[in-house]
Amino acid sequence: MRAPGGPEVAVGDVLLAVENVSLSFGGVKAVSDVSFDIRKGEIRAIIGPNGAGKTSMLNVINGFYHPQQGRITFKGEARARMRPHEAASGGIARTFQNVALFRGMTALDNIMAGRTLKMHRNFFWQMLRYGPAMREEVEHRRRAEEIIDFLKIQEIRRVPVGRLPYGLQKRVELGRALAMEPELLLLDEPMAGMNLEEKEDMSRFVLDANDYYGTTIALIEHDMGVVMDLSDRVVVLDHGIKIADGAPAEVKSNQAVIDAYLGVAH
Amino acid sequence: MASNAAAGADTFPKLLVRNAQLFGTRPAMRHKDLGIWQTWTWADVLDIVRAYAVGLHRLGLERGETIAIVGANRPRLYWSVMAAQVLGAIPVPVYADAVAEELAYVLAHADVRFAAVEDQEQVDKIQSVLERVPKLESMLYDEKRGLRDYDHSRLHPMEDVIEEGRKALASDPSVRAWLDGEIAAGKGSDPSIILYTSGTTGASKGVVLTNERSIHAAADTVAFDKLTENDVALAYLPLAWVGDHYLNYAQGLVSGFCMACPENADTAMQDLREIGPSFYFAPPRTLELLLTRVMIRMEDAGFLKRKLFHFFIDVAKRYGERILNGQPVPLIGRLLYGIGSLLVYGPLKNVLGFSRVRVAYTAGEAIGPDLFNFYRSIGLNLKQLYGQTEAFLYVTAQPDGEIYSDTVGPACPNVDIRIAENGEVQFKSPGMFTGYFKDDGKTAEAMTPDGYVKTGDAGFFDEKTGHLKIIDRAKDVGRLKDGTLFPPKYIENKLKFYPNIREVVALGDQHDFVAVMLNIDLTAVGSWAERNNVVYGSYQELAGHPLVYGMIEKHVAEVNRSLAADRVMAGTQIKRFLILHKELDADDGELTRTQKVRRGFVAERYAPLIKALYDGSKEADISTEVTFEDGRKGVISARVKISDMKTKPVAAAMGEAA
Repeated sequence: MRAPGGPEVAVGDVLLAVENVSLSFGGVKAVSDVSFDIRKGEIRAIIGPNGAGKTSMLNVINGFYHPQQGRITFKGEARARMRPHEAASGGIARTFQNVALFRGMTALDNIMAGRTLKMHRNFFWQMLRYGPAMREEVEHRRRAEEIIDFLKIQEIRRVPVGRLPYGLQKRVELGRALAMEPELLLLDEPMAGMNLEEKEDMSRFVLDANDYYGTTIALIEHDMGVVMDLSDRVVVLDHGIKIADGAPAEVKSNQAVIDAYLGVAH
Repeated sequence: MASNAAAGADTFPKLLVRNAQLFGTRPAMRHKDLGIWQTWTWADVLDIVRAYAVGLHRLGLERGETIAIVGANRPRLYWSVMAAQVLGAIPVPVYADAVAEELAYVLAHADVRFAAVEDQEQVDKIQSVLERVPKLESMLYDEKRGLRDYDHSRLHPMEDVIEEGRKALASDPSVRAWLDGEIAAGKGSDPSIILYTSGTTGASKGVVLTNERSIHAAADTVAFDKLTENDVALAYLPLAWVGDHYLNYAQGLVSGFCMACPENADTAMQDLREIGPSFYFAPPRTLELLLTRVMIRMEDAGFLKRKLFHFFIDVAKRYGERILNGQPVPLIGRLLYGIGSLLVYGPLKNVLGFSRVRVAYTAGEAIGPDLFNFYRSIGLNLKQLYGQTEAFLYVTAQPDGEIYSDTVGPACPNVDIRIAENGEVQFKSPGMFTGYFKDDGKTAEAMTPDGYVKTGDAGFFDEKTGHLKIIDRAKDVGRLKDGTLFPPKYIENKLKFYPNIREVVALGDQHDFVAVMLNIDLTAVGSWAERNNVVYGSYQELAGHPLVYGMIEKHVAEVNRSLAADRVMAGTQIKRFLILHKELDADDGELTRTQKVRRGFVAERYAPLIKALYDGSKEADISTEVTFEDGRKGVISARVKISDMKTKPVAAAMGEAA
């Protein structure tokens, strides 16, 4: 369960460190001077009110945005600029706030798509459907089936994802991200728009992925209950500034956090 | 081969040994795992079960003790049943979807020290009620996921238990000899299983069945339906239900047929297609669901396909039944039916997974004649049986060629049936139970002094065919205030044939007229709503929509017309109806785990609605508590509309004809 490239990081060590990162769009400061780290094997939550800069932060980690200041160290290597596909092959996978699947493809094909980076035979070998390419395909299919089993979505294997309800689409998206066998999994509001039951299922899968695959997870979430139950450590952003960082219980009783969420009396 | 199957083997473990000798290389079990069908031969199964039994014994399971089996139809759970039986222990299967309280009741009542469960969900559920099951010592689990960090002092993965047994067997010949001795020591009169009834009427009771009686009963029906080791069945019915234990487990061991376990409960229909079973059982509800789905998909099909479908379904209605029964049919009928088979029935059966079905049964509740005839007309050899847990399933069954939609067939081989004075059906059968576990009082209540079992069902023998007809539960058949006979099931089934209607509760006993409360079918009506631009946010909203009421009114009017056509039933035309604001649900106690309506409970819970149905109100307020899947509770409130129906006038005293 380890992505190729880069040195190995032991459980509990810092997997990814964000140092003094600032990002602005024109005059708007989305993130200013934020530092925190993500340790190997933990579930790390990034929370904050609307417009706090959570998704921007995720996009910076993911290499989709390039910060104007600061640096990001992933597996001990500091990076100035990184492209999303480099992040992907480096072992970072993500899901999106608004589901971004191939809607016309089946759940299975979407999950197989997550394994593209792991396929080494070129197009012509694959066209042959014989020999090494076939063996590779079979192996990848087995991995995809393991994920289908893990997420309990056997019954929708052959269903185009566009026809699935939202909760299941989110699950397929998680499956596609897991198929990449990432070291760091970024989840952008995995429970948004779900009912209680779907949220509980999803929480279960996130915990299991962390436990079973040992995947380090960074998640953004609005639902405070979910965050407090799931995460090992929480970082709180407000207007692009880090206002708290620590264990869920600490963060919950932090006055700055309470003010940010509930507002301050004037 | 099958008819003398039971000869010489009076326990299930002995049958397993015999099967491994006779059909060693034939498939005994299949299970779809990671998208691929895995197969175990009878020899494989015997090996695994022997190892498993040794492992279980090392954990401390003794002869005569009980072990709970909780989970879906998975090979390792069936092997748990077999391994327990090898040791002379008594397996007690429990419904996988039982809530913690029901589970705690059964586990405590059955005195289990061990439980073999499917996965983390069941482990969690049992651990949450541990203090109510003081005797429980160890749990074995099949699926490892999520359980790694649990305290393993009292938890064991089945895989490891089997492996340990395998090592012991391989290294120590005395263990092998001991195990052979254990199998030989099993007696036919030993209890083989305790099946807890689903509790249609109060707390569930543990029905004790013995090896030789079970095998005797299964051997009779295996011969009756000519089942052999070449047959295949899909084991998708709840493990704890007598139907699964009889049809798949017992018949499988007696005849040597292959039992296929679906990937999970939701994939059963796809797996059915892939496996193509030759022996099939489905409760009427499932058949209804399948038909509803087909009808909906046909509505969405192109013009030509739709016309073709309806034309040939009409042909099938006219000739199919007679062709299946081997009765004379005009040449043109045969010709049309032949074309229909090619174009419609064959492909349809293929889609449903019925292409290779040789014998299919339905039972559990009365099946609507239209529904029954539909399947028979497209060439599925669907038959009815009547039975109950106390009989180890079969009491009556329809022989090939003698099929009537309104009977359940003549008594099975070696079964003795009589009708008591109050109309109740009573029987003596080879597979009948020896008693309720730890409840001699209830056992005595269920039996007559001369050893017949009381079924609680009202019925009579049809004079024309000699078959048994079941009208309803004996205690459910009522009368309107004017004396008109009122069998609620009869009316409910007529309504439930409409794909738009999911569940019906008919009321009328001791009232002036018949009124019904119903659930719409969310799939069917939802699809209709989509096509007609009806916007809705929830079941409740759709159920209360005026257009939906209009649609259901048409169905009720049709049912009234058909009721009016029958002299005896004319008095039971439906005068008022309402659509319930929530779906009846087993988690709320409104349905049993086998999805039957619990009338008494529903009547109590919806008392304000029932009152409104009979006092002439146009609408009524109701709020009901609902239980979510995680056990939390919430409240749904609604204002429910009531519709009045026109009925055809009934000539005076017509009802007395009954």
